[in-house]
Amino acid sequence: MKVILDSQQIKQILTDLAAAIVKNTPQDLKLAVIGIRSRGEIIANRLAQALSDKLDTQIPCGTLDITLYRDDLNDPQGDAQPQVRSTEIDFNIDDKIIILVDDVLYTGRSTRAALDALIDLGRPKAIKLAVLIDRAGREFPIQADYAGFKTDVEPGKLVQVNLIESDEKDEVFIE
Amino acid sequence: MRKKSKKLNWTHKHLLGLRDLTAEEITYILDTAEGFEQISTRSVKKAPVLRGKVIVMLFFEDSTRTRNSFVLAASRLSADVLEFTKKTSSVSKGETLLDTAKNLEAMGIDMIVIRHGAGGVPEFLSRNINACVINAGDGYCEHPTQGLLDVYTIRKNKGSLKGLKIAIVGDIAHSRVARSDMWAMTKLGAEVTFVGPPTLMPAKVNELPVNISYSLDEVIGKVDVINMLRIQFERMGGNPFPSVREYSHYFGLTVDRMKNAKSDILVMHPGPINRGLEIESQVADGKNSVILDQVKNGLAVRMAVLFLLNQAAMQQKKINKKL
Repeated sequence: MKVILDSQQIKQILTDLAAAIVKNTPQDLKLAVIGIRSRGEIIANRLAQALSDKLDTQIPCGTLDITLYRDDLNDPQGDAQPQVRSTEIDFNIDDKIIILVDDVLYTGRSTRAALDALIDLGRPKAIKLAVLIDRAGREFPIQADYAGFKTDVEPGKLVQVNLIESDEKDEVFIE
Repeated sequence: MRKKSKKLNWTHKHLLGLRDLTAEEITYILDTAEGFEQISTRSVKKAPVLRGKVIVMLFFEDSTRTRNSFVLAASRLSADVLEFTKKTSSVSKGETLLDTAKNLEAMGIDMIVIRHGAGGVPEFLSRNINACVINAGDGYCEHPTQGLLDVYTIRKNKGSLKGLKIAIVGDIAHSRVARSDMWAMTKLGAEVTFVGPPTLMPAKVNELPVNISYSLDEVIGKVDVINMLRIQFERMGGNPFPSVREYSHYFGLTVDRMKNAKSDILVMHPGPINRGLEIESQVADGKNSVILDQVKNGLAVRMAVLFLLNQAAMQQKKINKKL
């Protein structure tokens, strides 16, 4: 096990991501943050808080469950069955700039599912992808607009993001 | 918001009844159904979950709610639906049930939703064909998705079924709903009382995990939930009670009787309602009534069932491929 980010670094990355998003988003457009269950949800909450503080206005934040849009529902990978949970987005996504948040971007398959799930909810002005870790190994033509930390980990290894809200401690490690 | 539900590997590719499911499995279906509720409220009311799957509605008895709810649930999950009715099919030319099912299966269907007047038919089908089988009501035996949507509705309103007192009132003898309800409710920790005249109690009722009462007035003040069943005249031989008026007088849920009930009692009915017979209109449409919520929740519950059975079928197929 090799730790690649500690809690201080994760905090700094989120601050930097929020700054970059504010810098690149025209002021007259409405922002909203949506996290992919389950680690993306937590990072989205923190990012929305950081954005709200910076812009001095409440940025809406929601959670997206992408299970129903996965591409392996009829071709199960591994033994674990996907578990359906609820999508909790209590605002209208139409015409907003949606910052889609996940913990690790790897194959791009989750992001593809999330894009499909999102456009069934409405028609946003734009969708931007923000991730904590950008790991090499894309299988789909998808790239992050905001990547916190880039790493090149060989296939077969696991990049694990632990967060206080779910795992007692902020930490990213490879094993 | 319910927090993280327990993870469970769903292994059943058929849903024949609730009697054979564990409390954990029933809870898992209810938790899964919560995730499907939002499909019906958003701008595109469809998800690509069962794309390319074919589901047959094989109904040998009439139905409004169950059939339409299954068709809509299947459509919202992007499956294709074949509608089968006894009257317009070759069953009227003498084709047997199994031949009918095998012929449909030869066309490449994936799931059969079946309702039949004889108990055990879904189980028989499940042993003889490869498609997933869902029981949508068999004789007086079970109507599992109704049982599930009933406990889902109760859980949504009361938080949990543990310790709740529930009365199921009326024509218990002819009711598959009463049986599925009983299994689901007692497994989830509720105390169930069957209420009705002795002539409408099933045989060997004292062997079931329920209390029995012949007086609605004795029970009405004590229960948190009351489920009023329809008198199923179409299934009756003989006269189980002297007159409809007398039945109504003793076992109808009237405005007067509701005065003795807990103020937050949930009033349920599986439908179709005989207004003025087992329930007065003011009560059926009143503030304690969740009758239309039951119908609405039925959609989410049925989507969850279709999803889970398909997952189990896919997993089994994969295991068989490996062997």
